[in-house]
Amino acid sequence: MKLLGKAAAELLPERDLRRIVDTVLRLAKSTVAEETEVHVDEVANALTRFANNGIHQNVAEHGLTVSIRTVTDGRTARATTNRIDEDSLRAAIETSLSLAHSQPKDPRLLPMPGKQRYPRVNRFVKQTAALSAKDRARAVRRACDLAVKKGQVAAGIYSNGQSQSALANSRGLFAAYRETHSEFSITVQEGPAASWAKANSADVRAFDPQKLAARACEKSHLAVNARELAPGRYTVILEPAAVLDLVGFLFYDFAATAVADKRSCLNDRMGKQLFGQNISITDDVYHALQQGAPFDGEGLPRQRVVLVDRGIPRNLVYSRAAAKAAGKKPTGHGFALPNEYGEAPMNLVFGDGDSSIEKMVASTDRGLLVTRLWYIREVDPYEKVMTGMTRDGLFLVENGNVTGAVRNFRFNQSLIEMLQNVDLLGPAVRAAGEEAFEMVVPAMKVRNFHFSEVTKF
Amino acid sequence: MWDLCTNALDTARLRGATYGDVRVMHLRQRDLTTKNGQVGTLSQSESIGLGIRVLSNGAWGFASTDRLTRQGVAACAAQAVSIAKASALAKRSEVVLAPEKAYVDSWQSPFRKDPFEIPLETQLALLLAADAEMRRVKGVTLTETDMQFRKIDSWFASSIGSRIHQRKVISGCGIAATSFQGEEIQKRSYPNSFGGQHALQGYELVDSLDLMRNAPIIAEEAAALHSASQCPEKVGTLILGASQLGLQIHESIGHPIELDRVLGQEANFAGTSFLTLDQLNQLKYASSIVNVVADARLDHGQGLGTFAYDDEGVPAQCTDIIKAGKFRGYLSNRETAHLVGLDRSSGTMRTESWNRLPIIRMTNVSLLPGTWDYDDLIADTHDGILMETNRSWSIDDRRYQFQFSTEIGWEIKGGKKVRMLKNPSYSGITTEFWNSCDAICKFDRWTLWGTPNCGKGQPMQTMGTGHGASPARFRNVRIGTAFSNQ
Repeated sequence: MKLLGKAAAELLPERDLRRIVDTVLRLAKSTVAEETEVHVDEVANALTRFANNGIHQNVAEHGLTVSIRTVTDGRTARATTNRIDEDSLRAAIETSLSLAHSQPKDPRLLPMPGKQRYPRVNRFVKQTAALSAKDRARAVRRACDLAVKKGQVAAGIYSNGQSQSALANSRGLFAAYRETHSEFSITVQEGPAASWAKANSADVRAFDPQKLAARACEKSHLAVNARELAPGRYTVILEPAAVLDLVGFLFYDFAATAVADKRSCLNDRMGKQLFGQNISITDDVYHALQQGAPFDGEGLPRQRVVLVDRGIPRNLVYSRAAAKAAGKKPTGHGFALPNEYGEAPMNLVFGDGDSSIEKMVASTDRGLLVTRLWYIREVDPYEKVMTGMTRDGLFLVENGNVTGAVRNFRFNQSLIEMLQNVDLLGPAVRAAGEEAFEMVVPAMKVRNFHFSEVTKF
Repeated sequence: MWDLCTNALDTARLRGATYGDVRVMHLRQRDLTTKNGQVGTLSQSESIGLGIRVLSNGAWGFASTDRLTRQGVAACAAQAVSIAKASALAKRSEVVLAPEKAYVDSWQSPFRKDPFEIPLETQLALLLAADAEMRRVKGVTLTETDMQFRKIDSWFASSIGSRIHQRKVISGCGIAATSFQGEEIQKRSYPNSFGGQHALQGYELVDSLDLMRNAPIIAEEAAALHSASQCPEKVGTLILGASQLGLQIHESIGHPIELDRVLGQEANFAGTSFLTLDQLNQLKYASSIVNVVADARLDHGQGLGTFAYDDEGVPAQCTDIIKAGKFRGYLSNRETAHLVGLDRSSGTMRTESWNRLPIIRMTNVSLLPGTWDYDDLIADTHDGILMETNRSWSIDDRRYQFQFSTEIGWEIKGGKKVRMLKNPSYSGITTEFWNSCDAICKFDRWTLWGTPNCGKGQPMQTMGTGHGASPARFRNVRIGTAFSNQ
């Protein structure tokens, strides 16, 4: 088998995935399985990690899993293995059947979907796949040299990889997808001060590690001599990464199953003016800045869904089961079955505005510029109050200018209230944080953001 | 498996590695959940593969593969060496490891009932019965139950001659009731939130939980919370239940003592630590009644941080972290032990799976029991709030400032629990908080809690950690901040 070249390991050709899928479906025919579904997922990833201005960890992985769901007598269950010989695949089918037999019949279980048509998306970039450990090391060396020259200390990652999935079932459905991904993230410390920059893309040429390093070095220098301000309500300018990590906690609430379970903040709030009129949000896997497969965990094509239109939550996303229960059409957002969570939108795209961080700063008499947020957790699930900390660069804005650094705050802020208080929006960009999956979001200027306590740095 | 290990180490040596260690791991997992009386997740998985870590040109490289053939393993080892040589292009200094002996051993965690041998029908029947008990309570709008079982075999070999096989059996189980009324969602979980209790035990863990007795109790509390009073905002006396205190230990002691954080190696993601090297043996971390250890030995209990050897081939140890309130020790590995001048690693290198690099992890970081009877502690509290079962947790990236909220609180007046409080929360600065501890309950209230979901590292790894704790009291704590709106 052709694997483990100089760059990240190569993926199997699609015909090999088909061969695995066909083997599973053939083996399942000689069992009591009435229906069979098979997912094959393969990854080949590499990640170079640096700290204290040098590489300290450097890893690569290659793995392939085969996950099999069978249906028998109105029952279903899943078994997963990473062994692809026939005996192992047969054993996984038997395990799946044995699990399925152990439970009561599920009257809500739907027949598997048949053949589907998918829009084409192309997110496999050969230059990303070809990036080698040496290429990453040289880029890291240049980034660290920049920090060393300024008497600063850099830490971060530079990663690349490729992945592919195939999904098929015994009713003739077959879907396949492959993509590449790359990411550079850097934290630069200057004494007790720190700042950060990060980007990721299917195309490694879409960002420049040197530029990100330069930005983090510059902001880290601005972050020295942070002074302590009193907690309270402030106007904040949230950079896209800060917006992403906060609003990322909102979107599981747009699952129809979450609403049916009454664990969503949208219970009794659909169709009402919940957010400001300048807030519109779409789930759109086909957006040029998005990543991910054009099909869901059951193989249905993902639909573009308008979730929020000018501040009003208009639509939820539906798996097949949730759609049947609600009398709606499925939207292609279901998780692989069986599961208890149903579905979720995973490709969020915010409507944007014509402002910019510079314009937001210039228009602010007194406020705070927030680089990123950290350790965000839900305090109140219905009012969607989130807590967390600012991190790696919090700056005071006075009379239209950034005037200095500020010690980090803890916030306790309702997302619903926050999205009612957005005064300005920047262009929507692909943002990368640490708390939420990547989205296309703008920078935001928000009034009355609630900081409750201050920390020691 | 040993042949694969030898093949990998030999290839690495021939390619120029000066040190190597290799792990073949076979992981098996079963997940069962129910929701509102229906089976939710029902799945089983297995994964087997090999990961090799090497030093070459004074720098690290790691590669992993699931192709367990001679050719696949040799290619993986060669890739690890190639990556190490690339690392050397941007190394800061030569990696040097603290000395360690070679061990040849085999160890299995003790269990009475293999959870994979218990019929699935039995496991599901218990979960569905507990689910039904909760749904019987008026006002409950969502019921959830779960069980999770893991069996992990690992074969570790290193170029210094170690050959260690370990088998661990891990079980987890929990139930939860949620109530949505008006504009409020309230939830109660048993025996802990976010999946219940997890331990290095067999199915006997599930047997010990008595789900059927506790299901209606938490369901009634979830519904009753809607009419409870809001937890006040004030500075006052706080008593933490043992599971919440376990998470408090995890966040405000366990993470800051990780030496990789202290040395800046996690600065980009998990963060750093306020426990700089000059604080060792100097900092008064806590009040004099507080004693904390990091103990991976079986003697400490069957926690998620219990093992015989870490994933770097270092035997399990007990390290004093806080002794009579003084800060006494870090969690280290062979590399960081050398960097700070320790004689030996404290044995805390752990990996999630064969495809992840071992990194410094908590083992069982536990608060040792105190001298108070629980009833006496309540009776001795004139005015305070008891908080139980975590609902949210957050702490800054240097581990100073934290905020926790819990599912339920109880007002204590004149030495008695007088009323239920909803939406309890508290916050503080780590060392100020631990220095305010004035009472810790005895061993009869001490539980070794399992935290199954600790995330760290890039790429992210999830690890289980153990935290022994009994209820304890803290003075002058800021209470109610999460729901303040000033």
